[in-house]
Formats: sequence, C-alpha cells, structure tokens
Amino acid sequence: MKVIDKSDFDVFVDNLIANDDREVVGVQEKDSKFAFETLQSADDLRLDYDVTILPPKKYFMPQRETLIEYNLDEGETTPVNRVVPRIILGIHPYDLVAIEQMDKVFEDTHEDPHYLEKRRKSVLVGVNMENVSDKSFAKTMGTATTDSGYDIMLTDIGDMYTIEVGSSKGSALLDKAGSAIDDVGPEEIKKVKQFKEELSEKFRTDPKFDPFELPSLLKEYYGKDQFWEKNSEDCLSCGTCNLVCPTCYCFDVQDINDISLSEGERMRTWDGCMLEAFAEVAGDENFREEKAARYRHRYMRKGRYMYNRFGDIACVGCGRCSEQCLPDIADPVDIFNQMKEGTS
Amino acid sequence: MKESNLTKEENVENPGTSPYSTQKARIIGERQMTTDSKLFTLELQSGERLNHDPGQFVELSIPGVGEAPISVTSSPTRRLDSFELCVRAVGNVTNTLHEMNVGDSVGIRGPFGTGFPVEEFQGNDLLFIAGGLGIAPLRSLINYTLDRRDEYNDLNILYGCKRPCEQMFEDEVDHWARRQDIYHEATVDFCPDKVCWDGNIGVITELIPGVDIDLDNTYAIVCGPPVMYRFVLEELDEKELPHEQIYLSLERRMKCGIGKCGHCQINGAEEVLYACQDGPVFNYERVEGFEEAI
Repeated sequence: MKVIDKSDFDVFVDNLIANDDREVVGVQEKDSKFAFETLQSADDLRLDYDVTILPPKKYFMPQRETLIEYNLDEGETTPVNRVVPRIILGIHPYDLVAIEQMDKVFEDTHEDPHYLEKRRKSVLVGVNMENVSDKSFAKTMGTATTDSGYDIMLTDIGDMYTIEVGSSKGSALLDKAGSAIDDVGPEEIKKVKQFKEELSEKFRTDPKFDPFELPSLLKEYYGKDQFWEKNSEDCLSCGTCNLVCPTCYCFDVQDINDISLSEGERMRTWDGCMLEAFAEVAGDENFREEKAARYRHRYMRKGRYMYNRFGDIACVGCGRCSEQCLPDIADPVDIFNQMKEGTS
Repeated sequence: MKESNLTKEENVENPGTSPYSTQKARIIGERQMTTDSKLFTLELQSGERLNHDPGQFVELSIPGVGEAPISVTSSPTRRLDSFELCVRAVGNVTNTLHEMNVGDSVGIRGPFGTGFPVEEFQGNDLLFIAGGLGIAPLRSLINYTLDRRDEYNDLNILYGCKRPCEQMFEDEVDHWARRQDIYHEATVDFCPDKVCWDGNIGVITELIPGVDIDLDNTYAIVCGPPVMYRFVLEELDEKELPHEQIYLSLERRMKCGIGKCGHCQINGAEEVLYACQDGPVFNYERVEGFEEAI
C-alpha cells in the first residue's frame, strides 16, 4: 500500500488532464447529484460522492455506439470500433464488481471487441465509499469493498489517500505521480481499517436476506404470479431501472441514416427488458406481454439466471434502480425482504 | 468537451473481427412462394460455403434498414455454393428484401444457433409437423434426411397452412407426396369455393392420429406459429410420445445472434435459455418447464 497527500493528488490529476493522451473522467457534482463526466480540473473531482446517476458502464458500452458505417450509394459497409482510451477516477467498489461481471458477459463464447477494447484501454481508479446513498445495500451484497477489479484503489484517510495497486496498468499510472508517492506507515494502515469499520455503520437500508439465498428464493417465487402482479402494479414500463443498473447490458441494434440518406451507421443502443416491446417478434407476438412478467424477468436475471450462467449475483446493491424509479416500486431490498419473510 | 473526445478517439485496428461485421451475399435467385413470402437464393461473395446445420439461422442485414434473424431453408447437402432463405414480408428488413432483385447484395452474419441433432435422429422414424412458414426450417432437415435416406427410417411429413394458396415449396411437396418412402399429409384450415384441394381441411392436429407412431423409435420435429405448439404437443401426448423424442424450433427476436443482446431469452423458474445459442431448436423435455417457451 502507498500513500499520497491530497494536494499532491490534485497536482497528479491536473497533470494527467493536461499531459496524458487519454481522456480523464471522474465523478463530479451535477444538479445536486453526481455523475461521471470529463474532468477539466482536479477541483471538480468529488471523491466523497454517495452514488452517481449512471454507472461507469457508459464508458465501455456507450448509450449509442457505432458498430458499422455504411455507404448506400456504393453499397459498402465498414466495421468500426471507436475507442476513447480513458482514465476513470472515483469508481466505487460495487461498480467495480459490476464491471468485472460485465467483462465475463462480453468475453463469453463470442468475444465482443466493441466492449472489450474500451475496457482494455481504460484505467480504473477506484475509491472506497466515504458516503453512502439512502438506498444502497452494498454491504449486504458484499460489494461495499472489493479486493479486485481496480487498477488502483484510493481510500480517503484525511489529509491523504492510501493507494492499493491492482494491476500493472495501475502501477504505470502511479509512476506518473513520481516522488509524490510514499510508502504507507502503520498509522495509515490503522486509519484504513477504521475507515472500513465506520463504512459498515453508514448503511441505512434494512435487508433481511443473504445474497446467496436469492437464487433459491427466486426459484420458489417464480410461479407466484400474484406476488409479481402486486409488486409491479404501478410499473410504468419505462426501463429506468434497466438503464441505471450497472449490470444491465441488453441492447438494441438500429440503422441510423444521415440526412443525405446515402450514408449511415449501424448503432448499438441501450435497451431494457422492462420495455413493452422487448420480447416482441414479427407478427406482433409478444413473449413477455404482461408487465408482471417483465418485472419478474428483471429480478430473475439479477438473482438467479446470471448466477447460474456466470456464478455472480447480478445485483451489486448500488440502489440506483430504487432511487430513480418514478412510482417507487423497484427497490430490490423490499422485494427480497418480502420473499425472505414469506409474503405471497 | 466533445472536441477533447474527438482528439483522443482512436479507431481500433482490424475491427473486422467484430461479431457484428457482415459478409456480402448476392441474391442469385428469387421466387414468389405465396402472396407475402419469397424464396431467395444467396451466394456469399467470398465464394465460401455457408456451412450451416439444418435448423440454424443467419442474421440478414440490409444496411440502412437493419437486421433480422432468418432460418436457413436449404439443406447443407444441396446447393454447395449457395443457400436459400424463405422470407415473409412482415417487418422493415423483410419488406425491403422483398423489393430487392437478383444481382442485389445483402449482408449475412452467421450461421448461428443450435440446429437439429441429425446424428441422434439416425436410424429412427421422423415425424415432421410444420405449420405455415414453419416449413422453412423443417425443409432444411427434410431435404437433408432425403439426401441421406438410408440413414433414417420412416419419414412422415405433416404440413398445414391456412389456405391452399399459402402452401409453399409446391414442387417439393408434390415430390414428397409421390415418393413411396415418405408418408405425407397436408391440411388447410380453410379452402375457398372453386379452389382445387385434395388434402385435408381442418387444423394440423387432425393429421396426427393418422400417423403410425412407433413410440420407441420416433422423433417428432415441430415448427409453426406460436399458437400451434400447444395443440400439437397435446396431441403428441395423446400418442404418448416421450417428450425427449420431440424437437421444437422456436421463434424469438434474436437481435445479435451471439448471446449478448438479451432479446431472445426464454425464462423459467430454474434458468434462462437463449434461443440464439441454446436454440432455436430445443428438445421438448428440456424446455417444457420454461413458462415462456411454449
């Protein structure tokens, strides 16, 4: 473990912004919330944030991403993979866990270079959570801290950050800070331990389940139609819970023609299983027509299907879905608690 | 901010490895099958074979319009340097394809998915049950078994359509009907006056009791519109055909074809299936517990 003074850290970040070939992005305040945005100055960085509006997945799987360019006059198509190499500052542990899960999905069977190249060319700078959002239950999901997934990981211990290096990419980044980096002393190690102990007291949700119970609870509840109908009654099928989820990756592919109608791009765009048309096929048949079925599908994905396929519980407890759901029905803590308590 | 993005953006070399890259295929033949369906014969520009298994599908790409998953209807035993797609004009991509002509090019990705277990079928009786456009994927397998006739035992083909004019592959159906080593029956839901039809009139399930099924050695292979499966499967249960001897080809909206986009998931209490990888051909015993399958 290393340490860096906060003032030196700011100089380090400003140097990266000015001199590094890669784009530097980080968490900043945005309309009294927080968001990952391009960083203009270290002063704008808010490593004390609680949760961002969108997870950092947008950097590896952008909301709109070109897969192919085509020219209709010449009948030519050209595959493209536009990558902006980035240094991403301030990723919380639960989002790092989510990224590790997403890596598995895009590496599995047919590798997806559009995602993977963006991942490979990014440096992930994690930060341990100083503040916890109202809806977060990362502690329960075991994602409030993590030992992997980052290139470097920062912990705020007052005047300085401690730094854990997780990869050679991280260590190369740290080299750019030069002599500002010091070895850690026993006092600082004690502070990190204390930081983590205090963190576990900061969660305000009340989950009554263990994450590893979720696959069996969901199996038991799958056929309880009334349970899903009751809980999804006010669902607007707006897909917000999908869009803000760090482990949701479903997408649509659309051809977008430019105004000349002779050129265009085949684009991958975010999609969501809560949207009504998600499981529609030609001829208007819809295999998930009822909102209760779509609502259930999302929970099955998070707590059972991904676990079966990849060994991960695909809810990292960030609380974004719960926080941003308009009719306030998307709180996984509420749903999983009901299951645990045997509500039908 | 946008500018800084652009200066730092780089294009990855060799994006040709992208699973979303298409290869060019030229339309070399086109035949009207019904009022809204056409048979297209395609040839890959690379000169290579498609190398598909019966039951697999391709993503058909028309730049500027989009992609659609289409099952390959030709058998890999025929047309060594080309392949056929039977396409009903129901959406943007398929309607645009219908307006295209011989000589025009489209994009192809694939073949994708799991096709029919042709080796497992060897030495057994096969009962094909096709409804409407469901004949398209089954035709690939039917012709495959006909070209390797000695590897398979009795072949039974039941084919149902809404009305006589919707029957496809007329020449081949006629050929099946005349061959002595195939049991073939056709039905239509409805036959208008003055239309000549010597087959059955009624739903396809009416044809099943007439088939002599050897329960130990018969595989049933079913493909049709979503509503057809439940009734056909009930009728096969009447015959007491074991579920592991029934194969279904299921339609879903397979957007990516490679198990990523999420659209073709078929969910159940235990797990989720991807029609694009685990299917589109499924063993009935494997999927019957999946609420969304049938």
